[in-house]
Amino acid sequence: MTSPSASPASFWPPAALRGGTRAPLRLARLTGAAAAVVAAYLLFRGTATLPHDDDAAPFRFVGDARDWVDANRNESPVFLFLVNYVRLLVGGLHDALHLVPQVLGWAGTTGLAGALGWLAGGGRVAAVALAGFASFGVLGVWRESADTLTLVLAAVLLSLLLGLPLGVWAGRSVRLRRLLTPVLDVMQIMPTFAYLAPMVVFFQIGPASATVATLVYSIPPAIRITALAVDRVPHVAVEASTALGATRWQTLRKVHLPVARATVALAVNQTFMMALSMVVIAALIAAPGLGSGIVTGLSRADVGLMLPAGVAIVVMAVVLDRMTTAAATREPSARGRIAAATAILLCGVVAARFLPAEFPENWVLRLAGPVNEVVDWVKSSWYGVTAVARDVTTEALLNPLQEVLTTAPWWLVAAVVFVSAWRGGGYGPALVAVGCLLATALLGLWQHTMETLTTVLAGVAPALAAGLVLGVAAARSRRFAAVQRPLLDAAQTMPPFVYLLPALALFGATRFTAVLASVVYAVPPVVRLVEDGIGGVSPAVVEAARSCGSTERQVLWKVRLPMARKAILLAANQGIVMTLAMVVVGGLVGAGGLGYDVVSGFSRRADFGMGFAAGLATVLVGITLDRITRGAAERPARKVPRQFPESLTEGRGSHEDRT
Amino acid sequence: MRIGRRVRLLAGVLTLALASGCGGVRVEPGASSAQPSSDRTVRIAVNPWVGYEASAGVITYLLEKKLGYTVEKKELAEQVSWEGFEKGDVDVVVENWGHEELKKTFIQDRKVAVEAGSTGNKGVIGWYIPKWMADKYPDITDYRNLNKYASLFRTSESGQKGQLLFGDPSYVSNEDALIKNLRLNLKVVVAGSEAALIESATQAQRQRRPLLFYFWDPHWLFSRVDLVRIALPPHTEGCDADPEKVACDYAELDLDKIVSRRFADGGGRAYQLVKNFSWTNEAQNAVADDIANNGMSVEDASRKWVEANESVWSAWIPR
Repeated sequence: MTSPSASPASFWPPAALRGGTRAPLRLARLTGAAAAVVAAYLLFRGTATLPHDDDAAPFRFVGDARDWVDANRNESPVFLFLVNYVRLLVGGLHDALHLVPQVLGWAGTTGLAGALGWLAGGGRVAAVALAGFASFGVLGVWRESADTLTLVLAAVLLSLLLGLPLGVWAGRSVRLRRLLTPVLDVMQIMPTFAYLAPMVVFFQIGPASATVATLVYSIPPAIRITALAVDRVPHVAVEASTALGATRWQTLRKVHLPVARATVALAVNQTFMMALSMVVIAALIAAPGLGSGIVTGLSRADVGLMLPAGVAIVVMAVVLDRMTTAAATREPSARGRIAAATAILLCGVVAARFLPAEFPENWVLRLAGPVNEVVDWVKSSWYGVTAVARDVTTEALLNPLQEVLTTAPWWLVAAVVFVSAWRGGGYGPALVAVGCLLATALLGLWQHTMETLTTVLAGVAPALAAGLVLGVAAARSRRFAAVQRPLLDAAQTMPPFVYLLPALALFGATRFTAVLASVVYAVPPVVRLVEDGIGGVSPAVVEAARSCGSTERQVLWKVRLPMARKAILLAANQGIVMTLAMVVVGGLVGAGGLGYDVVSGFSRRADFGMGFAAGLATVLVGITLDRITRGAAERPARKVPRQFPESLTEGRGSHEDRT
Repeated sequence: MRIGRRVRLLAGVLTLALASGCGGVRVEPGASSAQPSSDRTVRIAVNPWVGYEASAGVITYLLEKKLGYTVEKKELAEQVSWEGFEKGDVDVVVENWGHEELKKTFIQDRKVAVEAGSTGNKGVIGWYIPKWMADKYPDITDYRNLNKYASLFRTSESGQKGQLLFGDPSYVSNEDALIKNLRLNLKVVVAGSEAALIESATQAQRQRRPLLFYFWDPHWLFSRVDLVRIALPPHTEGCDADPEKVACDYAELDLDKIVSRRFADGGGRAYQLVKNFSWTNEAQNAVADDIANNGMSVEDASRKWVEANESVWSAWIPR
């Protein structure tokens, strides 16, 4: 089945895993290719590099487009009749929703949350909601939490309003799905940061603009998962309905939607989660709320300031997650449930009459002081260790790798990419991968793309290794899996910025910090996919191997891992895309390359063009990496996505099945 | 501009379709969703450095406690703040560092902002080293000798070159052009924040580690850490006009306040107070020092200063 050379180290590059009886030959060929690349590099090092120019033509072109918008905001009908109306409407919705917590006060709003929790899932969910909302006050961020909740609700409402119909439509029309898939792909790979600068150009800053940015980020899962749900409704049911003379509309309402309900509820859940993870970034364009605490904390390197806001975001994510998940699985609501919900709401409203509208000061837990003391202690007593870890990694890994990638001729890099993608997936993916990579050069961002690639590669290896070890452990021991699962849940609901906090405190603003944060961010999905894949290996095969006298170790290496190859390669694919997403966020804390270009394009008007181009370049790099790894995984296993990138493969897979 | 024409053409068709019906919406102050329910709210942008926070803190304190306004603070990067003038999301930028290009766009061309006078603070950006380095290598303070010492500043982030530590990505910066045009063997490394710069400077003095970094005056740090400024080619009028070709030091700036036109026209006493606000670098440093080092909140530090300096601020309160 497999060869002894299939050690974990050779999962990367994935093609190496295809080992069979001809493994020695393959190995020889691989070595030969590697030697050729090294020789070519040594021969041509420093030639045909494409050094960075801050004033490249594409940047200027985008900058000019921005100036045109600026000049025509009050003349051009596009603005008078479209963009400005959108802003007005979105702003109106946001302000209307904002009235709710203002009128109800903190006690009333908490009561409302509890009531909704009860309606959604009964006593336990109601308790989670009540405790969660009360904790916002205790953390001292009640008002910020209310602002954030308003923004999230406004964005999610709009996302669902637009996304669900579009999704239903896309679920029934292959053509629309084909049209939407690449658009949604770009929306999801585009670093969130890269939305902001164009958002500012069109909608300027403020809550309305932030709501639109959040909407753009959170709408893809609404469309995708709904489309998937509608598409998966069994043909038999649809045909039966049509045969009985139902109209298209009746079939949709009475067959498609009820059958797809649970999955559509998942779409709602995912839309909420995506919207929440945008909250921090939206603070950069003056969205009120929790995000601003984190942004301020980042700029002052004050962990104590960030922590309450970060915890509140996680709590909010948990509450919303529980409520929407419960709503998906509940039975039709009983009358007693409505009565209980009303009772909770009334309690809240009555309490609000007697309690002050502001959360009482002396109920607040002040965390900043003690937290900062701990951080300071860790910093001063571990400084030696952290500094050495950082410097050694940077000098021994990041710098040489970056040196190689930036001094290699562009054609050599392109050739390596082409061959890796071709070995995995054939000519199609290889051409796409190389085309996207070279397009970054046309954008004038080759060198920065190579720098970003360095940090991604450095992050991917440890993320995959850790994910693999944890995933295998979870697949083998049920108890370990049970302990790990809630941790993974928490890690995946946390907005990516929160990962930056501890890394920043310990290691300062460097590339190493960004790499570290991206590893932490990418591990959970890898673990899940690996665990799933290994758990999915047929027990009969495992039994057969055991009865032949294999040790547990042999079963793992020779049976489980090789048989879960597809899932593991998909995990690698996901790990890479996640790492890329985080490395861009790392532009805020010292990662150079495209991430920094995007950040600086946002905060400096003169760099607008470069920032925008860098956002596009990130998408291109994402596609390149995706094609290299996805080809190897062939058609990936079906997984319902928790976070964005998995869903890239979803829509596509499903319509391919159909056609 | 060709794109412009095409979009306009397309837009023209749209106009024809819509013009009869409704009038379209302009981006005007007043059309904003962020518009307050009353005129008693002032929105102040807070840029990410502590000196700015000190000025904003004192103005906020006076507006709230002496004039009865409500202040909304918005944590924003410098250039992003200006985007808020048009629709009323930002009324006041308290401490503006030059930004002639923004003034041209927002004050002259788009006419959404106006200048509201000096803060009284003199601001100057420069490159600094800890004093022990200047004592040990006396000629290091001349930029011409920086290449000789570049290896001292090398870190794992700067590769083979010397490191020039920079602050928040949004800060005013000529660093890349300076390094290129003065042919320095340095690399800009972005620390990400003011706090990171301060921490590095403090460590550089305490542990006698070499450091070359971007910093600015007024700042409380100068009273705690001995720093020496590197002499770059002296600033002359217009030498920094083309950002690509800058090869001279930063100018000493008269830091000023910028307000939205809407606020200047209808801000009443709040606008008057902002306009009158003017204090010394020492005053700002004192408040900033309390915030950064004495564990005071911005509000407490501002109250302390206001209580001790009535003679200064009473002149700002409009009659």
